[in-house]
Amino acid sequence: MDAIKSWLGRSGLASVAILAVLLLVVFPLAMDSFRLNLVGKYLTYGFVAIGLVMLWGYGGVLSLGQGVFFGLGGYAMAMFLKLEASDPVSTKIQSTPGIPDFMDWNQLTALPWWWEPFNSFAFTLFAVVAVPVLLAFIVSYAMFKRRVGGVYFAIITQAVALILTVLIIGQQGYTGGVNGITDLKTLMGWDIRTDEAKTLLYFLTAALLLGAILLCRWIQLSKLGTLLLAMRDKEDRVRFSGYDVSMFKVFAFCLAAALSAIGGAMFTLQVGFMSPSFVGIVPSIEMVIFAAVGGRMSLVGAVYGALLVNFGKTYFSETFPDLWLFLMAGLFIGVVMAFPNGLAGLYESHVKPWLARRKQAPAPAGTGGEPPAPTTEPAHKPATVATATTAASATSPSLGTKISSQSV
Amino acid sequence: MSFDEIYNIALMQGFAGLSLFAVLLLMGLGLAIIFGQMGVINMAHGEFMTIGAYTIFLLSSLTESYAPGLIQAYFPFAIVCSFLVAFAFGWLTEWALIRHLYKRPLDTLLATWGLSLAMQQAFRSIIGPKEVSPILPDWLMGSWSPAEGLDIPINGMFVLGLTIVVTGGVLLALYKSRWGLRVRATVANRSMANAIGINTTRTDRVTFAIGCGLAGVAGAAFTTIGSTGPTSGSLYIVDAFLVVTFGGAASLWGTVVSAFGIAQMQSISEFFLSGSMAKVLTLLLIVTILMLRPQGLFASKVRR
Repeated sequence: MDAIKSWLGRSGLASVAILAVLLLVVFPLAMDSFRLNLVGKYLTYGFVAIGLVMLWGYGGVLSLGQGVFFGLGGYAMAMFLKLEASDPVSTKIQSTPGIPDFMDWNQLTALPWWWEPFNSFAFTLFAVVAVPVLLAFIVSYAMFKRRVGGVYFAIITQAVALILTVLIIGQQGYTGGVNGITDLKTLMGWDIRTDEAKTLLYFLTAALLLGAILLCRWIQLSKLGTLLLAMRDKEDRVRFSGYDVSMFKVFAFCLAAALSAIGGAMFTLQVGFMSPSFVGIVPSIEMVIFAAVGGRMSLVGAVYGALLVNFGKTYFSETFPDLWLFLMAGLFIGVVMAFPNGLAGLYESHVKPWLARRKQAPAPAGTGGEPPAPTTEPAHKPATVATATTAASATSPSLGTKISSQSV
Repeated sequence: MSFDEIYNIALMQGFAGLSLFAVLLLMGLGLAIIFGQMGVINMAHGEFMTIGAYTIFLLSSLTESYAPGLIQAYFPFAIVCSFLVAFAFGWLTEWALIRHLYKRPLDTLLATWGLSLAMQQAFRSIIGPKEVSPILPDWLMGSWSPAEGLDIPINGMFVLGLTIVVTGGVLLALYKSRWGLRVRATVANRSMANAIGINTTRTDRVTFAIGCGLAGVAGAAFTTIGSTGPTSGSLYIVDAFLVVTFGGAASLWGTVVSAFGIAQMQSISEFFLSGSMAKVLTLLLIVTILMLRPQGLFASKVRR
C-alpha cells in the first residue's frame, strides 16, 4: 500500500486523477451545456499550455508562435468540415456550386489543388498533426542545428506567426481571409452544432487532454525528460556528454506543435469556425501566459492556468471591459516578478508544507481522511511529503522547490 | 510610356523605399540599443513610440489653443519633448521592472508584453480609442517637384532627414562619448567594467532610457506620416525586432544596412505584388536568411 502511495506521489498521477474527476465528473454534473462547451473550448488551450510546459518549462525553449500550430491544426479540421458543408446541393445558388462559399465570393471557379485531399477524413486527421509538425521541424531544425536559442528563437517564431497571419488574411480566396472558415455544420454527417454533440465533443477533448498529460508525464519520467531538464540547465555539459542537444530541442518543439495542433482541431470542432485571430502574435503570447500562470513546470497546473485565465478573460471582458487588459498586464508582470513557477509553484512552496504540518500536528488522529484540497490550485495528494518528511524537513522551504522542479 | 516617365517612376519608387528605410531605421535604432547592446527584449517598444506620438499630439493641441501663432514653429521643440517624455518613462520602467530581470531575458519578454498591454489600455482610457493626428505646420505639407511629373513628399524627406540626424547622433554618442564607452565596456564584459569603476547599474538605466527616448522620436516622426491610436505601436514591434536581428544584434551599422535592405526589398516587391504578399515575401526572406545565418548580417566577434 505504501509502495503504491509513494509511486503515485512520485509519478504525480494523483493530481492527474483529481483533474480527471474534475473534468469528467464534476464539470459535466455542475454545468449546463453552454458552460460545458465553454470549458471545452478552454481545454483546447490546455493542449497548447501542456505543450509549452514540455517545451519551455522542461526544454527551456520559449516559443511565441504556438498560435501558428494551433491555427494550422484548426484550419486543417476546418477545411475538411467546410468541404463537407459545401456539397453541390446546399451551395447550388453559387455561381460555382460545390466549392466553399468564400471561394465563390472571391471569383474562384475551381477548388485549389491543395484543398482536394481534405475531402478525406483520414487525410485530415493525418494533416492536423503532420503539417504543424513538419513546419515545426523545418523551423526548429534549421535554428537549433546552428545553436540559436532563447531570445532569437522566440523572435523568429513570432515572425512566423506574423507571416502566417498576413498570408491567411491576404489570400482571402483560398483561406477565407479575416473572417476565417465559418459555417461548419457536420462531421461525417454528424451534426456538431447540437447540444448532445457538443457534450460528446467535450468528453472527447477532456479525454484527449488527459491522454496527452499522461503521455507528457511519461516522457518527463523517462530518460528523455531527464535529459531535457539537464539540457535546460547546463546545455554544454549535456553536449559534452555526447548527446545531440539540438535534436532533443527539435523533438520538444515538434511535440509542443503536435499538441497545439490537436488542441486547434478540437477547438474548430467545438466552436464551429476557425479564423486568423487565433493564429497571430497576440493569441500566441496569451497562450504562453496560460502555462506561466499555471506553472511552467507543471502539466496539470498548465491546464488549470488555461482554464483560470480564460474564465477570467470571459468574465472580466464582459463585466469590466476596461479593466481586463490591466488585469492581464498584472498577470504577466506578477507571474514573472513574484511567482515564476505559477500556481503550481505556489502550491508546492506554500500549500504543501502547510498540509504536511497539519497532517503532523494531530498525530494520533490524522489518518485515513482526504486532505482538504484547495479549490483552484492543482491538488496533489501530499502523500509522499507527509510520510517521507518528519519534523525536520516539513518546514524547510528548500524541499518544496526541489520537488517543484520534478512535479506534474 | 516615355523614358522620362519610367525614370520618374523609378525615382519615386526609390524614394518610397527610402522613406520606409527611414521609418524602419528609426524604429530599429532604439531597439538596437536596448536589445542589441543590453540584450533586453522590450516588447513595449512600440508603446514608447506611441508615447512620443501622443506627446506631439498633446503639444500641438496645446499650441493650437494657447499660442496659435507658434503653430509653424512648435514641431522641432515637440520632437525634443517626445524624446524627453519617453526617456522619463523608460527610466521609470527600468527602475521598476527591467533591472530585476536582466538574468532572465525570456521573462523580460513576458513582463514587457504585460507592460505594453497596460500602456495600450492606459492610452485608451486617457486619450481615447480614436486615432488622432496633430496639426502639422504648413512647411511639412505638400510635395517637392524638382522636375515635371516628379513628386517627392516633403514629410517623407523630413523623416529621412530626421533619421539621418538621429542615426548620426547615436553613432557619434556610442563611439565617441564617455557614455558610449561605458555602454560598450559593459556589453563586452560586465564584471570587468564594474571592476574598473564603471557604474554598470546606472549605465544600464541610462541606456535603456535613451533607447526608449529614441522610440519616442520615432513615434514623433510617424505623426507626420499617419495617425496615432492606442495600438499603433504594436503594429511595428515585430518589424523592428526583425530589423535589429537581421542586422546582427550587437552592430549598429548592421541595423542601418538591414533597415535599408528590408525597406528596398519590400518596396520593390510591393511594385509587382499586392501589399500583403510583398510583406509575406519580405518576412519569409528575412526568416530564411536568419535561419541560415542566425548571427545576422554583421556579427560582432565576441567570445561568449
